[in-house]
Amino acid sequence: MFGIIASIIDGVLVGLVYGLAAMGLTLIWGVMDVINLTHGTMIVAGMMALYLISGALGISPYFTLPPILIGGFFVGVALYWIAVHRMMGRPPLMSLLSTFSVNLILVGLGTAVWGTALFNVEVSLPGLTIDRYTFPGPHILAAVLAAVIASLLYFFLHYTRLGKALRAVANNREAAELVGIPTTRVLAIAVGCGVALAGVSGMLIGTLFPFTILSGDGYQLKSFVVTVLGGFGNPVGALMGGVALGLLEGAVTPFVPVSWTLVIEFVLFVLVLIAFPGGVFARRGAL
Amino acid sequence: MLCRPFFWIIAPVVGAFVVSPLIGNDVQLRESLALAAVYITLASNLNLMLGYAGYINFGSIVFFGLGGYICIWLVDSNHWPLAASLIATGIGVSALSLIFGFGILRLRGPFFALSTIGIVEGVQAFVENFKPWGGSSGIYISPEVFAPLGGPGPALWVIYFLLVAVMAASLYLSYGIKISKFGLGLLAIGQNEDAAAILGVPTPRYKALCYSASAFLPAIAGGLYFFKGAFIQPSDAFDLTLSTEAIVICMLGGQGTVTGVALGAYLYEELRGYLLVSSTFSNFQLVIAGALLLVIVLFFPSGLMGFIYSRFPRLQKVLE
Amino acid sequence: MTALLELDRVSKRFGGLLAVHNLSFAMREGEILGLIGPNGAGKSTLFNLINGVFTPNSGRIVFNGADITGERPFMVARHGIARTHQIVQPLTNMTVLDNCTVGACFGRENLPLHRATEAARAAAALVGLDDRLHLAALHLTIAGKKRLELARALAAQPKLLLLDEVLAGLNPTEIEHMIAVIRRIRDSGVTILIIEHLMQAIMSLSDRIVVLNYGEKLAEGAPAEVARDPQVIEAYLGDPKLAAALEGKDEGSAAHG
Repeated sequence: MFGIIASIIDGVLVGLVYGLAAMGLTLIWGVMDVINLTHGTMIVAGMMALYLISGALGISPYFTLPPILIGGFFVGVALYWIAVHRMMGRPPLMSLLSTFSVNLILVGLGTAVWGTALFNVEVSLPGLTIDRYTFPGPHILAAVLAAVIASLLYFFLHYTRLGKALRAVANNREAAELVGIPTTRVLAIAVGCGVALAGVSGMLIGTLFPFTILSGDGYQLKSFVVTVLGGFGNPVGALMGGVALGLLEGAVTPFVPVSWTLVIEFVLFVLVLIAFPGGVFARRGAL
Repeated sequence: MLCRPFFWIIAPVVGAFVVSPLIGNDVQLRESLALAAVYITLASNLNLMLGYAGYINFGSIVFFGLGGYICIWLVDSNHWPLAASLIATGIGVSALSLIFGFGILRLRGPFFALSTIGIVEGVQAFVENFKPWGGSSGIYISPEVFAPLGGPGPALWVIYFLLVAVMAASLYLSYGIKISKFGLGLLAIGQNEDAAAILGVPTPRYKALCYSASAFLPAIAGGLYFFKGAFIQPSDAFDLTLSTEAIVICMLGGQGTVTGVALGAYLYEELRGYLLVSSTFSNFQLVIAGALLLVIVLFFPSGLMGFIYSRFPRLQKVLE
Repeated sequence: MTALLELDRVSKRFGGLLAVHNLSFAMREGEILGLIGPNGAGKSTLFNLINGVFTPNSGRIVFNGADITGERPFMVARHGIARTHQIVQPLTNMTVLDNCTVGACFGRENLPLHRATEAARAAAALVGLDDRLHLAALHLTIAGKKRLELARALAAQPKLLLLDEVLAGLNPTEIEHMIAVIRRIRDSGVTILIIEHLMQAIMSLSDRIVVLNYGEKLAEGAPAEVARDPQVIEAYLGDPKLAAALEGKDEGSAAHG
């Protein structure tokens, strides 16, 4: 019995990281109604950055967090200018196609360079042992870091000027422009933050599980499920949704073969959307 | 339809497909035209959802793959004749698509698009674990199935002509729908679904019909394609690359136009053929497709035909 | 009188906001009923309820003897109800003719394509868009788009037409033209429920007026009576002198009737 509970608790730890990933997706979605289909690949980019930087510099994996966070931000801003900027004002399916096409390019380049090789980042960290069950150290640290970054995001959104501007643009872009907020700049920053979050969550996931260039699809689907559970454009909801998903995974994975986990999550995604077209905690445009 | 000029423009194109490989028994040409026919079929039928109703189906490959599996299973394991198998395949996959559609067609725009990917992943996961269909190893067809068609050599010609017939049917289907009341309703849904509903367009029924119609011919094409290759496995049958390419072709040629799709398919296949031969670019197929799509979406959202129509508006009356 | 449209204690709540509260009224065939009230009074919500875009939380809506409460919009259209929107909703990249043909194809008559095109042309001619049939809707001026909205609704040959601020944003000449068109529409046998802020227009067009305030019916009756009603004046018309002026105007146009 305690085995299930341990699995669930472990799931919650990992779920916090999923929640962080979903925050990146939902931030962009909430601010400009754009679904970033490069999200999964950006997570993988974070994983690859973890692997390459810690490998090249021989430093502890966790020291790659700041450069990935910052680098991710700039990649996000570039993504905005390349694929999103011109899509503002066009039908939403167009931004779907533009981010989709950038994703094709990135995945194509990634597989051309690295193929489908499996990468693994060695992280030695003592775990926490209770009774017969050991909670892996990396899981705990990843969860803690995810929670810290999520808190920083919350603080940023609600207690800084720029954060307020972001929320204003999310709420009503025209009105925000009219009161003097440089919306284009804000939109670019939002995408920057969204991708930075994706990259960092990828880095954290990279300390937990092995990955390939193509792992992005699975984590992207998880982000979508979390977003649907937690509400579009709602970062706090995303974190809670991540915990919920982690909980679900922890409860289900002891019983179900791994290849079916994604299928179950997809079915969940569709069912939740059918029942709650706006997500479970729909609160759009009000970051 | 017969009195419209466009009908008589499609016909010679189909005729060219039929006649040109026969001249000099050019097998290589036949094979590349067969592939073109497959692309045109997939893109034309995708266009029904994408270009008319405005719904992106990222996972249209699922019809093609399921079509391949059902057809092969009927012919190889159950010893049905090819013709009957193909018809049953088309009907079966269309019916199955109605079941999928029941779940996902009530989702709007982006959510529908994402769930179509999920359907492919779900079906692939299922097939990989489905022993009667060979699981993840797939099914090899025994050569005797080609006997009723005159042996492997002539069989390839029969299959080719059937593929051309399916392609022609796809072009005529998408044209026929476009000029019909059903097509008008779909176009209205694509422009503004809520306004269309208020105007009386029965949106749930039309979307379901469109989705199901867009499954029929690609399923048959899938049956023919994999039957021809005498082998099917899940990773080929449900490879999202092909449906992605269909999207690129639609956007390249001009979504919502019939001519554009055919033109786009031809151009894309030429490009792809060139890339695959060149050793530097063969790994970059997806990258090129992505870059092409990005450029189209950013700068030429109406595609090639949109560009042509803006320069030569008169052509829009003749072409579709 | 057998009512064409009957609302029976209809209510609609959005979270904490009671947009429409216990609203009841009836419309007779062939009349023009004006719906007025301050912004946020629930007028457009009422249209959305009749239309099927929203489902009432309680109450019934009966049209031509059939209970249409909560029916989907496309089914409501089949019954013979058409509407225009306050913020125009053209089928942007389709031509004027195609826009109207959609209305004709899927409206009450459910016409086949070639006959629908004829009905579409007639509707476009009625509002004065027959010179722009092959223009894409996005190229129309705002006045043109408003006319298209109307033509499209008419093409469906509805029994009941819901007009939501068709006159907003038009200049005086266009307003005059539109008012004449609305009268012609009624004369052709269509019942009209009209929301309008332009007091003179709606008072002169309507046979009866219903006044909404905070989702409730404040007053109902002939324009003259309603204009005199002190509650209406306080809530909406504001100036008693304006009310008197409208009364005078109304008597004047009643003479032309």
